[in-house]
Amino acid sequence: MRAVSEAETATTIHPWAVQAEALQVKAGRHLAVDGLDLALGTGVHGLLGPNGAGKTTLMRALATVLKPAGGQLTLLGQPVDGRADLRSVRRALGYLPQHFGFYPRFTVREFVSYMAWLKEMPKAAIPAATQRAIDRVGLAAKADARLKTLSGGMLRRAGIAQAIVNDPQVLLLDEPTVGLDPEQRLDFRELLRDIGTDACVLVSTHLVEDVAAACTEVVLVNEGRLVWQGTPTQLTAQGDASHAGDSAAERGYSAILRRSRAEAAR
Amino acid sequence: MTTHPTLAAIDRYAAADPGLDEATVWSLEVHLEECADCRARLAGGTTDGSRALIDRVAQELDREIAAGPAPARRRWFRPAVRHRWAVAALLPWVSMTISVLAAAALLGHWMPSLPSFVLLVAPLAPLPGVAAAWSRRADPAWELIAGTPAAGLTMVLRRTAAVLALVIPALAVTGMAGAGTPTALMLLPSLAFTAATLLLGSLIGVRRAALGLMGVWTAAVVAPSLAVAELPVVLEPASAGVWAAVTAVLAALIFLRADSFRRLTSY
Repeated sequence: MRAVSEAETATTIHPWAVQAEALQVKAGRHLAVDGLDLALGTGVHGLLGPNGAGKTTLMRALATVLKPAGGQLTLLGQPVDGRADLRSVRRALGYLPQHFGFYPRFTVREFVSYMAWLKEMPKAAIPAATQRAIDRVGLAAKADARLKTLSGGMLRRAGIAQAIVNDPQVLLLDEPTVGLDPEQRLDFRELLRDIGTDACVLVSTHLVEDVAAACTEVVLVNEGRLVWQGTPTQLTAQGDASHAGDSAAERGYSAILRRSRAEAAR
Repeated sequence: MTTHPTLAAIDRYAAADPGLDEATVWSLEVHLEECADCRARLAGGTTDGSRALIDRVAQELDREIAAGPAPARRRWFRPAVRHRWAVAALLPWVSMTISVLAAAALLGHWMPSLPSFVLLVAPLAPLPGVAAAWSRRADPAWELIAGTPAAGLTMVLRRTAAVLALVIPALAVTGMAGAGTPTALMLLPSLAFTAATLLLGSLIGVRRAALGLMGVWTAAVVAPSLAVAELPVVLEPASAGVWAAVTAVLAALIFLRADSFRRLTSY
């Protein structure tokens, strides 16, 4: 017989994987995220917004590398603002930053397993998890090539492999499709759908068509605030022929942005 | 807690008795996986047919293992992945520091009229290495690493310890080689400056803190004492106790700021 600790009896089901209330995050001295309310559950969420909307700052705050300046942020039911202990949340996180830095002399396998070690995975599980992550992004043929010999698209995929190596419950990808060719983008969307069946995936991107094709939900931010949240179908229904854009989703995107700017100007 | 199956049930399982229903077989197998005693009982009840089969499988396996490729030999000269970055990033800075110390010792040897160069630059000796250990420039994957659970004060201290392990012996050797330089005054100020760099670094970034402290020390202590050709009061033998106290206080304060090493602001 042994006592059951509080951590073991704590509920593992939370209504939202990511929950932000009146969140404020600073980028330098400027409040890049200002009063954002957001709730994300399981599924693939596309984060859209113009340049300077605060997407990258929001991603960094969700990855817990930036401390919120105000408001509340809860990941997987645990608060991550202030002096909270981030360790257990971070074990369930996957993050691909916009500027993906890497060690040029490491091979793909060494890099991914180093990240798995930093994510405090059990030592015995690391080799298999590394191989699986590399297989899932389609880099198996290049697993033992040094990172400096890879092309831009392959590097992105190595970056995605390190993000998914620990089977994260919250996966944050900042501009993951940059440098991928059309075929790789299709494979990548397939991978997103696969991961999104039981994890919360947030993909920040400029490409509206990626969001329309691969995401179950669209999150639109502008000037540090949540402007709109809905399904891709609802997004396409927002625009009509009078709005700028080459596809229905792009017209919906520009219609929502124009409306929000008009409201802000009033 | 599970009860052990009866010997009769194990014997029937060993003989592949068709009368055993699937549920019983499953629960038996689950139990056998965990219970060494019952596995031993099962081995005792094996039929001759099973024994012959197991022998044949063992022989086949032995032959295939003998025919297959030999296991890969461990490569002794390949350091663990996680150490290689540190070697590439820290060694240049640390070797630069050691050369500067050697140059200072030579200068002191040739110009005995001036105050000891070694003593004046010793407090700054670990700072270039410490700055490289936790900086955006030296570590290309800084943003990835900052988001992992392993990042934090423990990691900073481990990297700092690696730097100190190389710099401190160098300081001690130069201190003992130069006549009239007390070893305590070589080491204590450098430890105090290391602690101050980490403490200030938790607020403004370790690299910036190191650069700032080096600038302040050079302007406030090194330059004036070279100008008047006299050792400053802070490096007199009597101030060793003060340096020790300052080091202890700064080190304690670092632990209060531990959580900021989990965020990007410390880079």
